[in-house]
Amino acid sequence: MEIIVLSLILFGIGLFGALTRKNAIAILMAIELMLNAVNLNLAYFSHNLSNISGQVFVLFIIAAAAAEAVIGLAIIINLYREFHKIDVEEITLLKW
Amino acid sequence: MIFYFLAVTLILSAILVVTLKNIFHCALFLIVAILAIAGLYFHLQAPFLGVVQLIIYIGAIMVLILFAIMLTSRISDRLLQTASRQSIPALLAVIVFILLALKSLDKTPLPAHIGKNFDPILDLGRALMTAYVLPFEVVSLLLLVALVGAIALARKD
Repeated sequence: MEIIVLSLILFGIGLFGALTRKNAIAILMAIELMLNAVNLNLAYFSHNLSNISGQVFVLFIIAAAAAEAVIGLAIIINLYREFHKIDVEEITLLKW
Repeated sequence: MIFYFLAVTLILSAILVVTLKNIFHCALFLIVAILAIAGLYFHLQAPFLGVVQLIIYIGAIMVLILFAIMLTSRISDRLLQTASRQSIPALLAVIVFILLALKSLDKTPLPAHIGKNFDPILDLGRALMTAYVLPFEVVSLLLLVALVGAIALARKD
């Protein structure tokens, strides 16, 4: 029970960071926090129900998070090469 | 006891991750938060997850993030200082979200703890090789695609 509330608070903190940060890497780190909150919830239910499926999905989510971090950071480094900044408010290539 | 210590460490370092000005310090506190989560996995009798968390998150993802920070900004550079915007509306939205989730948590009957004895690592390996073998293979494909995509994106042309 406490762990559900803990992961909820952690998700809220990550959401706050993703909403307020301007630096793209900081947003990526906030997203990592949110993914970890979800993982914690899955691990808790796996423990509580004595069912291994939750842990299997935590492994899949960790793999997806690694892939997401790799692609996100590659995009950020490319953006830095083009614009010499990674401020998401100033990079408006897809806006018109 | 150990749970509350880990929980307080986790919450405090998570708050510092999203509020500190220097992004390098944010990344270091994210490492502390991930360590606390690995400790919670051990506490929840998921030792394999704890070890995977240590190896993949701290060994791979955090090193990657620190590399990206150092590649995109110099220490004490202006770019390293990351400002926040729209803090009050975001805080309101997050508080409303947490309150709604707490309310729905209050209304949902949680299943009682089933004290079935199981070997977490043995069962995990067996589940990955039987019921979840197809998703397991798809994950390996996903990692391959991410690898190729990252090389294609970050290559100088």
